[in-house]
Formats: sequence, C-alpha cells, structure tokens
Amino acid sequence: MGMPITHIMTSGMSGIRAAGDLVARMEFSKSMRLKPAKEYVAKKLGVSTFDLSDEYVMREVRENLGIGVITSVAGAPKGHAAKMNIEKLLGIKINCCDKFRKQMK
Amino acid sequence: MTEYALRRGDGQRLFLTKNQIRDDLQDGMNDACELGSVPALSSDELDKLAEILMTPGRMVGVETGMEVPVTHDIGTIRLDGDQGNSGVGIPSSRLVGMMFHERAMGADTMELGHIDYSFKPVKPVISNEMQAMEVVQQNMIVPILYGAMPNMGLYYTPDGPFENPGDLMKNFKIKEAQEMTEKSAEHLTRDMVWIMQRMMKAGADGVNFDTTGAAGDGDLYATLHAVEALRKQFPKMYIETGMAGEMVLGMHGELEYNGQLLAGIWPHQQAKLLAKAGSNIFGPVVNTNTSKSSPWNLGRAVTFVKAAVKESPIPCHVNMGMGVGGIPMFETPTVDAVSHASKAMVEVAGVDGI
Repeated sequence: MGMPITHIMTSGMSGIRAAGDLVARMEFSKSMRLKPAKEYVAKKLGVSTFDLSDEYVMREVRENLGIGVITSVAGAPKGHAAKMNIEKLLGIKINCCDKFRKQMK
Repeated sequence: MTEYALRRGDGQRLFLTKNQIRDDLQDGMNDACELGSVPALSSDELDKLAEILMTPGRMVGVETGMEVPVTHDIGTIRLDGDQGNSGVGIPSSRLVGMMFHERAMGADTMELGHIDYSFKPVKPVISNEMQAMEVVQQNMIVPILYGAMPNMGLYYTPDGPFENPGDLMKNFKIKEAQEMTEKSAEHLTRDMVWIMQRMMKAGADGVNFDTTGAAGDGDLYATLHAVEALRKQFPKMYIETGMAGEMVLGMHGELEYNGQLLAGIWPHQQAKLLAKAGSNIFGPVVNTNTSKSSPWNLGRAVTFVKAAVKESPIPCHVNMGMGVGGIPMFETPTVDAVSHASKAMVEVAGVDGI
C-alpha cells in the first residue's frame, strides 16, 4: 500500500478531491497527451490548469457542477448521476452511463 | 565530504557522495543509450536528477502544477490479497477497496481485477466478474478499468493445452516450439477479447493489459491482436497496455506485427506498435538491477522512458511498482526511493501519468 500512496502524494492529481479523474478521462477517451488534456478540462471547468490539482478550488467547482465530491454530501450526485454530469461537462460518452440509459423504460 | 542516504536496487540503504551520484546516473544512462540506441539525457537533466536525489527530507514532490493522473495495476487486490500479490490481507470486498482508493486515497482511476490477476482464470467466473463491475460502476466516479495479465505461460503444459515451448527447445524442436507459441497466442487473443466483450457489456470503462510480454514475443503478439479486435468493436473503449520488461524477449523470435519484428524491441518501439493496434495509453517498463545503486537505476530508467515519451503517439503512464521504473525490487519499497523516482519521471522523463 505504501507504494501507490507515495505516488499519489508525490505526483498524483488527487482524483475527485481535485480534477484527476477528469484529466484521466480525456487521456483515455481521446488519447490526449497530458498538456492538452489538462487544457481541455481546465477550459470546460472555467479554471486554470494550475487549479486542477488544487482541492480548495476544485471542491466548490465540483459541488456546483454535480460531478462528485470526496466527502459524503447527502443528496449530492454520486455514481451514475455524477458521471452523467461529467459526460455533459466534457462532451464524452461513458460506457456505464450508456448502459444505464438503455435500461430505462 | 557530504554523503547522501540513498538506496541500492534491492532497497538496502546506501551512502553516496555527489560525485558518486553523478557518476552512477551517467553510467545508468549510458547503459540505456547503448542497449536501446536512444538519445542521452542532457547535462542539465542529469543535474536535475542529482538534485532530486540529494534533496534533504524523506519525501519530495513534483512542482505545483506538474501533477499527473495515476493509474493502478492490480487495483484492490493490494488491499484484500495475500503476500503473493503484495496484498495486506484486509478482509474487504472489492467494492470497498475501490471506494477506499477513490475517496480515502485520492486515486485518479481504479481497476477491478480477479484475485489471480490473469485473464485465463476469469473465464469460469465471468458472470461474477460482470456483476462485480456493475455494482462498482453504480458507486464509483473515477474511470474503472478491468485489469488482468495476458500471462501466456498459463496456456502451456502442465497448466494449459499446448506443449511447453521451453521443453521443445531443449530438445532442439525449434519449429514445433514456434508452432506452440503461435497456437497459444491465438487462444490467448480469443480469451482476452471474449472476456472484455462481456466486461464492456457490464459497463467497464475499458481494460488494463498488465505485464504484457511476460511470456515473450508471443504474449505481446496475442495482446496486440486483442487490442486491435477490441478497438474495432468498441471505438470509445479505454485501453491501457503496460509491459513486463524494457525489452521483449524473443521466445518465438520471428513474430511480427505491422511489419515490425517483436523480439528485441524497446519501449520507444513498443509505444508506436501499441498505438497502431489501438491502445489509448502505453505503460513503459524498465526493470531494476538489484545490485546497482538507485542513481544508476534511475538514470537508466529515465533515459529509456524519456525516449518512449518523445516517440509515443499516445500518453505514457510509466510503470512504477516494485522493481521497475527506478524503484527498488523490494516488496515494501521505501517512501524515499518511490518519491524520488516518481518526481524524476514526471519532471525529467515528462510522462503523462504513472
């Protein structure tokens, strides 16, 4: 466990504490390199690329956009609901959200 | 003369002077340049590596604004798994492990994996794996991959249906050994595609092929064809392919993909092939030499990975677990060594992630 924790502390983007999941999604969904992926996400969020790993900035941004926050806020979008908001924000499709929509009657 | 507390490739404490650190960085770099025919690091880059290694304090961190997303081989098995998987044996479900990584550790991505962590044993329990993926996706926000190793060795006797090429080669049956490798690769491709078709149906974001090439060029050949088939069927699927070593071993010796001989290729060459097949992210690997110092291993690993990052058409998430990427070959790698190597890969090699 010490190895992944050390990487996250040394170099990571802090996942949903900040915007690490969103930058990772752009690298995966569009094969974007790090710099364009960060620029794309920052533009969509209306923040600077510097802010993407800043928990202070990203906490409020994430809560306002309904894209999931690190703490358990009652009534806030979680799971599929948060990911559907991420789809809209980033202009991408997420596989499990597609599956969820297809199951709706 | 001041000595700096560093590590040997096996994790043991080592004290080196500034000149010794600089010399070892240079020697490690030269080894990579000679083996892989890749460009050398600049004098400034070697100075930067030395500066990272000589930073006082137990941990270092990347400069603010240079953070990168982190992907994870093996996923939650490091929590509930046994020592064989370097697991810490906490009795927790895989969902709990996922949520723990996302919400307690700040992981940027996560993956679901079978306890054996190879594709082949997933086949008999595929419905259980699909169900686990569905439940995980209902609760998680970060991207979730299905992770497993191609591990083509499981297709050879006594574990699998094909005669072991190693045994055949010992008897100078080279053609027969090659034929067994080809048949195993075909079977492996079929299995990996079959499993991932079902995991995509269950809502996976994609796949992480981990330790690709562990059984040599046939293992990589099978994976390249699986990537190609999956990309064709699922254009938006997330596909990460990480390697097993810096050079692909030629257990067959004559297998090609897209006109490129697979035996003997280095990270900068592997990146292009995996991008051509359809991978989104490439995971370069550079193995650690346990009897050399951490500066030697880091100089070597950063040189190989920097060349791969430069030539790769897709993002590179360098593999930095136990015994790779300049990290000691030790089950509980020391915080200082991991932190030094992590910062060096981001700031000098320029990786897109870890």
